[in-house]
Amino acid sequence: MSLDQSALAARPERRGAAALGLLGGIAGFLLTLAITLLGLVVVTFVIGRVVPIDPVLAVVGDRASGDVYARVRAEMGLDLPLLEQFRIYLVKAVTGDFGRSVLTTNPVIDDIRTYFPATIELATLGTLIGTVIGIPLGVFAAVRSGSFLDQVVRIVGLVGYSVPIFWLGLMALLLFYARLDWVAGPGRLDIAYDYMVTPVTGMITVDALMQGQTEVFWNAVSHLVLPACLLGYFSLAYISRMTRALLLNELGQEYVITARVKGLSETRVIWRHALRNAAVPLLTVVVLSYATLLEGSVLTETVFAWPGIGSYITNSLQNADMNAVLGGTLVVGAAFVTLNLLSDLLYRLLDPRTR
Amino acid sequence: MGLAFVRRGFGAAVVAALLATTPALAATPKDTLVQAWMIDDIISLDPAEIFEISTTEIAGNTYERLIGYDLDDVSKIFGVVAESWTVSDDGKTITFKIREGRKFASGNPITAADVEFSLQRAVLLDKSPAFIINQFGITKDNVKTAIKATGDYTLDFTMDRPYAPSFALYALTSSVASVVDKKLVMEHEANGDFGYEWLKTHYAGSGPFTIRDWRANEVAVLERNPNYSGTPAPLARVIYRHIPETATQRILLEKGDVDIARNLGPEEIAAVSTNPDIKIQSAPKGTLYYLGLNQKNPELAKPEVREALKYLVDYEAIADTIMKNQASVHQAFLPKGFLGAVNDNPYKLDVDKAKALLAKAGLPDGFTVTMDVRSAQPITGVAEAIQSTFAKAGVKLEIIPGDGKQTLTKYRARTHDIYIGVWGPDYQDPHTNAQTFASNPDNKDDASSKTLAWRNAWPTPELGKEVDAAILERDPAKRAALYEAMQREVMADGPFVIMFQQTENAAERANVKGFIMGPSFDNNLATATSKE
Repeated sequence: MSLDQSALAARPERRGAAALGLLGGIAGFLLTLAITLLGLVVVTFVIGRVVPIDPVLAVVGDRASGDVYARVRAEMGLDLPLLEQFRIYLVKAVTGDFGRSVLTTNPVIDDIRTYFPATIELATLGTLIGTVIGIPLGVFAAVRSGSFLDQVVRIVGLVGYSVPIFWLGLMALLLFYARLDWVAGPGRLDIAYDYMVTPVTGMITVDALMQGQTEVFWNAVSHLVLPACLLGYFSLAYISRMTRALLLNELGQEYVITARVKGLSETRVIWRHALRNAAVPLLTVVVLSYATLLEGSVLTETVFAWPGIGSYITNSLQNADMNAVLGGTLVVGAAFVTLNLLSDLLYRLLDPRTR
Repeated sequence: MGLAFVRRGFGAAVVAALLATTPALAATPKDTLVQAWMIDDIISLDPAEIFEISTTEIAGNTYERLIGYDLDDVSKIFGVVAESWTVSDDGKTITFKIREGRKFASGNPITAADVEFSLQRAVLLDKSPAFIINQFGITKDNVKTAIKATGDYTLDFTMDRPYAPSFALYALTSSVASVVDKKLVMEHEANGDFGYEWLKTHYAGSGPFTIRDWRANEVAVLERNPNYSGTPAPLARVIYRHIPETATQRILLEKGDVDIARNLGPEEIAAVSTNPDIKIQSAPKGTLYYLGLNQKNPELAKPEVREALKYLVDYEAIADTIMKNQASVHQAFLPKGFLGAVNDNPYKLDVDKAKALLAKAGLPDGFTVTMDVRSAQPITGVAEAIQSTFAKAGVKLEIIPGDGKQTLTKYRARTHDIYIGVWGPDYQDPHTNAQTFASNPDNKDDASSKTLAWRNAWPTPELGKEVDAAILERDPAKRAALYEAMQREVMADGPFVIMFQQTENAAERANVKGFIMGPSFDNNLATATSKE
């Protein structure tokens, strides 16, 4: 009884400590996020100012007279001292005002709201496919380590790593869209379905479902599936390799041997015990792979004419649209850092050993 | 680079193999024309600002101007919004009579007040194309008196000098002179901006089509204008889809998901031309490919060196291979079809002659020089070909690859040696190119007039005067002779190796009828296009 009581008494205390640790974790997380973003602002700003590309040209074009050029330069604030330009930019950026994009004429933040969801939609489905297929593949490869199956998984992964995604995308388009007609072609929707859903989240599939437009939803899915599979294949290659490595590590542990000795079935040993213990680092792997896809799958977006954040930033860069480049980079950077730190937090939360 | 390999080599072969047996499924609605095109150059839809290839084409389909010209014979001009015009005795004032009873898409009537507003607005906003009107001595200060409605349907256009009327009229055919709906635009005015912020993304015209929507890097949608005064367009909708990858454009076209692919390269054109469902339409454009030789470089400043380099380009070979179906050899600064254009091409690859000229310049072993090259086909290919022929006479050419904006920044700052450039005329009058290639009134680094002659630091004290005189010559035959002389001078002595005139291609589904490709970018028209 007394033993039980002491145990009970101890619990709230431990919980409090855990909460404190978590709180500290969140504070640290926010601090890291702020510092990383500041660093990102500085680096992108400096790069934006030192590249041998004249942003004024993007606005006035090739034929403008000297007067027009000078006026636009002043309008863009480029005649101010660099430090002053940076101060102005920083103050605005904090409030989410990244200025106007030259290319789209919209405020950059509005553009990001338009283009980022398209990438999120693609990356999410891609990661989902990569995870659902990649983890079991990795498990099989680990269990039958050295077998023929393991070799096949290795080769599948290797191809995913080394073949240019651009080429693979083009071939996939030719085969599944042009030749077999199983899926829809480039773009997010067929022309016939354009304008049928009002953007709310910006993710067409979600918006279409919310507005009860099932036909639009299926059309969007049909456009989404090919690029998503391609990205899925990419993350699958990474996820299956990592799963294999993590699981092999667990299978060598004593508790697995104990479990086997206790007579548990092999399936139970692997899926319930070993994989559960590998799950926490595996989560990090999945989150990281998601972050990588979010960061911009530029080539995939180009081949599939997918108007996402990757092609937005690339395009802006090519057109010296520095506001858009800075804004886009910051948001993608923020997403990347957030996901990274999130996986870190989850790691701490889920794995008692790190508390 | 990997992409180039994929596009040109293996990729092309596999594309061909896979498409060989593909059944064509036309998926676009019959009243809708879908074009695959790179439209990432659109930065504004306001006619007072637009100056890019895709926007001028969109303006050509959606806005009307005072004047138009015959696409088959550019010398024939006719009234569009204007019914007729007269030139005053002193040659300085053109009085336009505006057609009555015509409407904007909004339903508002078109009056002289709208024309006055549109032209004045372009000058007052002072965006890049404003110079087209400025060059008649019309400035922000005098625009209210120079462009003036004198009645509901009459307008005076007063210039500072008696310019050749054709010069003024051609200038008024350019997109900057598009007539906008004053009432509609002014309803959206904010902070005295003449509706600029609004018109950047909206439409206020009277053309065959209206602009329904534009989403940057994604799509531009035109719709038939129900209030159009001319023959209504057969199509209800014209859609430009931004497809940056030419291989993707080809797949979409062969599948029938687009009706016209606008950016196919030479191999893709060759490949689709064997498909019975597809036809290729080609038209010469006014755009020229040329080398600009910076006269700040002491070697390039030698007349013999300039001439030698003109003999070190294999024009024919490049036109037959890298630029096949994309361009034809042309060496004068006025493109074919312009008043006074010189169409004979005196230069061809002649290594011995070039060597002799270099020896005369004191460079018997040649010299080393750099060239800024935009990393895009076909420019890169042309640059590499030039590099190899230059080498034959000992001229070691170092190619500096760069992004388009990057090389242009350098060119405009006059810090290049050689720049491989592409130049398209701003309107159909010869003055536009004469001015940029042959006039450089102030060769100082901070000059306000930055013509191509200026960019290559080539002072033109005598030639500049000829350029100025030609715009005052009112006899067309005499005027043509003046331009011919100027072209010969630039050809012989100028710092430009003018090489090719661009051919524009459109690969169309066989059921597309009546897509017009005119001589200028603003007259690629879908206004008479239909689908069977």
